Amino acid sequence: MSGSTIIFYMLAALTLVSGILAVTTRQIFRAAIFLLFSLIGIAGLYFWMQYDFVAAVQIVVYVGGITVLIIFSIFLTQQAGELLPKQKIGRLLYSALAAFCGFALTMVQLCQHTFKTTTEQPILPTVSNIGDRMLSVEENGFALPFEVVSILLLAAMIGCIVIALRSKPTTA
Amino acid sequence: MQPGLYHILFISAALFFIGVFGFFTRRNLITILMSVELVLNSVNLNFIAFNKYVWPHKMDGLFFSIFVIAIAAAEAAVAIAIIINLYRSHQSIDVENAEEMKF
Repeated sequence: MSGSTIIFYMLAALTLVSGILAVTTRQIFRAAIFLLFSLIGIAGLYFWMQYDFVAAVQIVVYVGGITVLIIFSIFLTQQAGELLPKQKIGRLLYSALAAFCGFALTMVQLCQHTFKTTTEQPILPTVSNIGDRMLSVEENGFALPFEVVSILLLAAMIGCIVIALRSKPTTA
Repeated sequence: MQPGLYHILFISAALFFIGVFGFFTRRNLITILMSVELVLNSVNLNFIAFNKYVWPHKMDGLFFSIFVIAIAAAEAAVAIAIIINLYRSHQSIDVENAEEMKF
């Protein structure tokens, strides 16, 4: 067993175990921290696949951005030290059953399918290749989606400000 | 045996259904949002794995996952703005208490 394989299984275990703990723990703050570790494990898997740029984006946006946002919203909305209420055992059981059946179905389909691989020359996911492709307006370029996403982010930013604004107290 | 496409697809499928399980069982809006983040991440992992192992001569999977990350960030920000506004008006972010729009 080579070092790369060992690292892969460690990253997989980190991702899955902290993912399971994030959806089962009854302390909401711990759930956020386990989510953080799960996202770090996924970033590690991107590094393992040598997609460095996506791994960096994952760490900056998810680990540095979204998790901090979630932790702040926990501070704003939860009482300290309060446990989440216990769930009904029936609901837990049926949810686990549904999730497991879906997982089994997916795995059965996956094991019966063989993916054809190409023999064409691969494009390395280096930052310069990604930048060329992202801002190119020719075939296989992604300039239009890039602009659309920037408009979407602007709209989301304005939307957040409008939604979270404290409405003026109505003067009677 | 060197881990390959199927190993990563296994991880991604497991993570997806962990997120679905959390979505079914949780009753707090922030924890539901966390489960949705897990689901989105499993999809990204799938895109990158297919890009690496099946279509290495194109970069479509990579760009899809970058755009999914950007849209997930926008979604999380809007969702948290809504959650904080809901907390102001209801003093609770439990889904059982937010039922005005139920018909």
